[in-house]
Amino acid sequence: MRLLIAFLLIVLAALHLLWPLTPLALDPELGRTLLFELRLPRTLIVLGYGAALGISGAALQALFANPLASPDISGASSGAALGAVLGGYWLGFSQPLALALCGAAGAAMAMVMLLLLAGRRAESTTLLLAGLAISLAAGAATSLALALAPSPFAFYDAFDWLMGSVVDRSLDQALAALVPASIACALLLRRAHALDLVALGEDVAASLGHQPRRLAREIVGLSAAAIGAFVAVAGAIGFVGLVAPVLARRLTRGHPGRAMTPAAVIGAILLTLADLAVRAIPLDRPLPIGVVTALFGTPMFLYLIDTMRRGVAS
Amino acid sequence: MTSLLASALAIPYRLHPSSLALDGGQLVALVGPNGGGKTSLLRALAGVEDASGEVRIDGERIAGLGEARRRALLAFLPASRDIGWPIAAQDVIALGLARRDKPRIRQMIELFELDAMAERPVSRLSTGERTRVLLARAMAANPRLLLLDEPFANLEPYWVLRLATILRNLADCGTLVLVALHDLGQLDRFDRALLLADGAVQMDEAPADLVASERFESIFRIAAADGGWTVRPADRQSSP
Repeated sequence: MRLLIAFLLIVLAALHLLWPLTPLALDPELGRTLLFELRLPRTLIVLGYGAALGISGAALQALFANPLASPDISGASSGAALGAVLGGYWLGFSQPLALALCGAAGAAMAMVMLLLLAGRRAESTTLLLAGLAISLAAGAATSLALALAPSPFAFYDAFDWLMGSVVDRSLDQALAALVPASIACALLLRRAHALDLVALGEDVAASLGHQPRRLAREIVGLSAAAIGAFVAVAGAIGFVGLVAPVLARRLTRGHPGRAMTPAAVIGAILLTLADLAVRAIPLDRPLPIGVVTALFGTPMFLYLIDTMRRGVAS
Repeated sequence: MTSLLASALAIPYRLHPSSLALDGGQLVALVGPNGGGKTSLLRALAGVEDASGEVRIDGERIAGLGEARRRALLAFLPASRDIGWPIAAQDVIALGLARRDKPRIRQMIELFELDAMAERPVSRLSTGERTRVLLARAMAANPRLLLLDEPFANLEPYWVLRLATILRNLADCGTLVLVALHDLGQLDRFDRALLLADGAVQMDEAPADLVASERFESIFRIAAADGGWTVRPADRQSSP
């Protein structure tokens, strides 16, 4: 099964990079430019963002011991969008890496607020309400910041920030997100075992030398860095960070920590599929990728709520 | 030889500075009224709390030790049996080991008669069944010190008796077993009993001597009465 999804990811990545083939084949010089300057950044962003959503979603779910915790529902994605918008439109940062850091800071702020409001072992209701409040506030603040921004066209970007867009990004932008997010994700993966022990209760993990409070700070900080960096170049994309870990845990016999690796692969697959759908639907203006993930993610979310209502965590 | 040495162990507002020296190969009961400090002491010994003072097991300081060394030295069964994730029972036992050791997992499954539920998610077991799985997890690495918070709670009579035998066998092999306990009927199975009240160890005696003492009765506000216990007349509140 694991081999199968890894293979699927490679096939989809190649498809995302090369399809449609016609413009690439027209002229060798033009084809090269198109491939490296337009297609490659988009493929890298989609793969990296999907993986980052999967890993940080799985890490947050393991930390909060709740399958509803995720970058979007915790408010981290909206916080990151607000951070990047403030950095870009108000503080005048234009360096992609500086924007990525603003995104990470925004995500971290949102998650610290969540921890303060709901605590580490929050009931689902508390977690959802606190996350919802932070998301809505950050979303509204983002729109406000764009509406009042010095640039007259800023407001038209609100859609991209709040629903996500991976169209026309440069290789610099892709790398500015990919590099910090990869480091953060690698460090998150090293905490897989500790998070599996947290599944037995924080006290058991602590008795084995894993300090829950420190672990919580690390998970929150690293997830914020991973998500924030990608939100800063591609806006907030929902549902992937919620759904990928749920699917991944089916492959790890319920272990929430070690589910981070398959969640990365599944997240990358889901976001690649969503972007292929964006390109396949011919519209004058490309559909924001978040619209596609939401359309497919909502049924999954409803299914999750239904299983939780019947008292079965998944 | 002294297996567990705790010096000036304290948690603000919950545990007054306490020192303990216990030899290996014993079953030690922690008894006391609600809020007396049984769980706090266990958590401090397990290194879960940010307690001041020092804990040594077989001469090794616990603070700052990594997972591998801690596994060899101690295991802790917290009072909460909640596990939210649908992890199979045998996988939970495997989390008690540094490496997936199939023969050892098999052994623990047989010891706690978990065959029928080895593949079932722990989140869907009854509390008593889950307690057995978590006990198997705690014992899997065969640590020098076992800290068990109310291990008999939620167990059916058969398992209360079986667990008592299992713990006795472990003690006979040199393990030090510390058990927080409410059921005073279990006390006579233990080698030694510590009475905790108001966040401090008040008494440290053989169980029979402890139970027979006036201090025990006044702290618990009960008195021995034909093979059982009764509320002392002086402590009886008038009925509403």
